[in-house]
Amino acid sequence: MDNRNVLGALFMLPAAAILLTFLTYPLGLGVWLGFTDAKIGRGGEWIGFENYEWLWDDSVFRLSIFNTFLYTVVASIVKFALGLWLALLLNRHLPFKSFLRAIVLLPFIVPTVLSAIAFWWIYDAQFSVLSWTLMKLGLIDEYINFLGEPNLARASTITANVWRGVPFVAICLLAGLQTISPALYEAAAIDGATPWQKFRNITLPMLSPIIAVVMTFSVLFTFTDFQLIWVLTRGGPINATHLMATLSFQRAIPGGALGEGAAIAISMIPFLLAAILFSYFGLQRRKWQQGGSDR
Amino acid sequence: MATVKLKQVRKSFGNTEVVHGVDVSIDDAEFVVLVGPSGCGKSTLLRMIAGLEEITEGEIYIGDALVNKIAPKERDIAMVFQNYALYPHMTVFENMAFSMKLAGCSKQEQRERVDEATRILGLGDYLERYPRQLSGGQRQRVAMGRAIVRKPQVFLFDEPLSNLDAKLRVQMRTEIRELHQRLKTTSVYVTHDQIEAMTMADKIVVMNKGNVEQVGSPLDLYDHPANQFVAGFIGSPAMNFLKGVLVTVSAGRAVKFATDRILPAPASAEPDGREVILGVRPEQLLINTLASGESPSTKPGSDEATARQSSVDFESGVEAKVVVIEPTGADTQILCKLAGNDVVVVTRERHTFRPGDLIRLNVQDGNTCLFDPMSGGRL
Repeated sequence: MDNRNVLGALFMLPAAAILLTFLTYPLGLGVWLGFTDAKIGRGGEWIGFENYEWLWDDSVFRLSIFNTFLYTVVASIVKFALGLWLALLLNRHLPFKSFLRAIVLLPFIVPTVLSAIAFWWIYDAQFSVLSWTLMKLGLIDEYINFLGEPNLARASTITANVWRGVPFVAICLLAGLQTISPALYEAAAIDGATPWQKFRNITLPMLSPIIAVVMTFSVLFTFTDFQLIWVLTRGGPINATHLMATLSFQRAIPGGALGEGAAIAISMIPFLLAAILFSYFGLQRRKWQQGGSDR
Repeated sequence: MATVKLKQVRKSFGNTEVVHGVDVSIDDAEFVVLVGPSGCGKSTLLRMIAGLEEITEGEIYIGDALVNKIAPKERDIAMVFQNYALYPHMTVFENMAFSMKLAGCSKQEQRERVDEATRILGLGDYLERYPRQLSGGQRQRVAMGRAIVRKPQVFLFDEPLSNLDAKLRVQMRTEIRELHQRLKTTSVYVTHDQIEAMTMADKIVVMNKGNVEQVGSPLDLYDHPANQFVAGFIGSPAMNFLKGVLVTVSAGRAVKFATDRILPAPASAEPDGREVILGVRPEQLLINTLASGESPSTKPGSDEATARQSSVDFESGVEAKVVVIEPTGADTQILCKLAGNDVVVVTRERHTFRPGDLIRLNVQDGNTCLFDPMSGGRL
């Protein structure tokens, strides 16, 4: 008996070591740094909640929270809507179906930095292909400064994020759609359902478990987005596109204030936890998914 | 309630035609079973009646209305699917009331009609359950309940019992039949199981490779199959087919096998010497107990010898070798080899044969059939 337990513990040791080294230690270090005034090249001293108190009064930090929420909420909603629409389209019998599905996945496959650079070019103040097209069409008189105006920059970064995130949502939802038995739609057709009623009464409820998973992931990815913003705007103009992740990096590495940067990063945790809890309850098996028992 | 008429109905998927001009007419309140091996087009035909598949060519009438271009919901039909197709996220009540909810019926009416259906089907205790929490038989009943509440003109069943275990299948068979006797709604029932077809149908439509082979009452098909396919498909165990040549002997017409042994043949105008297939139902074969164990002594030789022996053989039968014995309780199936053909004999008597024993078989009075070996048509 004893031997088995010892053996079991031994087997778990490698996994535990990996987790401790690569997960717990960095996280713990981050949390600890948030409570110090560490700078690059200089170990910090414990200063308690001073970083957080200071951040509380920091208007840029507050703006970054607002930006992060705006970015996450708008991008997630648009990604969901577009993703669902794409999934519904791809679920039909189209010519070149698998080819189209592969194409839809492309934005997801391209490295973020690469696509961000492409968008940077598309949004460029002088060479933007968008502006050029609109000019040639005679719709605008001068080039649009996509990344130069606060609200335009927000819209532009959100658009780029949506472009990148839609394939993930679409492909996951498509997988969900394919698990729905076609016989249900036939039964509904005989029961007299219109296409909208079929969507409302069959597709959406049957898809809800997978929607919960996909949207949780999508929200987490968007909330912690860094690469896209950093390549496109570095948080500018006038901090209008600074997300918590980019602000944390900027303060910690280029700015050298490791402690403060860590504190900003740690401040994201409550929001992320809330999102996870939301999905935890959202993901709980619905009553109709539970089998067997008589109760 | 209504009649259903199919006129020269064809269906193609791409360039492949799967239903080749089917004509079937179904009377009001009739229970018609479409039966055939898988891939024969029976389900496609049913789905065309339901409006789930487009009709490539031909016309389908429900009542007096041509329904070719009419949407499923306008056809006033209800369908029970093979996998039930219950909405998993709805309770039994919601499943059954769904069509009424879509049609905008009042809550009161929904409740009343569902109650009526659940009373008929004995589902009262399960109204608040989800399909997952039900057994196969209960799900099947809910699927039928969903059809009943709509009070349709025609019920369509697409192999509704094939997902149930054998015992439940027999029970549900009776229930569906009872339901039909009670509601008297015109029903079209698709199955690949000929026993289901025989036990349930007023009229059977036997299909094969997209064609209708024969239409008729169950016993009509059993006794007077139009061709070898129907003869082999209807009846279990299947009809025995014995290849031989027509001859005339002193006792009348007979079929002579490769071993020179003969069995009596039904009257026909075909000439002697014609190659034929003799169709004999397993229960029409009689085991000649007197001769069993005796080894055949007469060696076939001259014509005279054949004729003499033939007249003897009409009484003593042909020899066959026992291969497998399958007692089912009430009766026993004996598989044996007869002149190179596999033959099944069903007998109510209990014998003590062992595999390898030689027995003698005779044909009991009854409808044996002759078929053309080439076309399979009945002679």
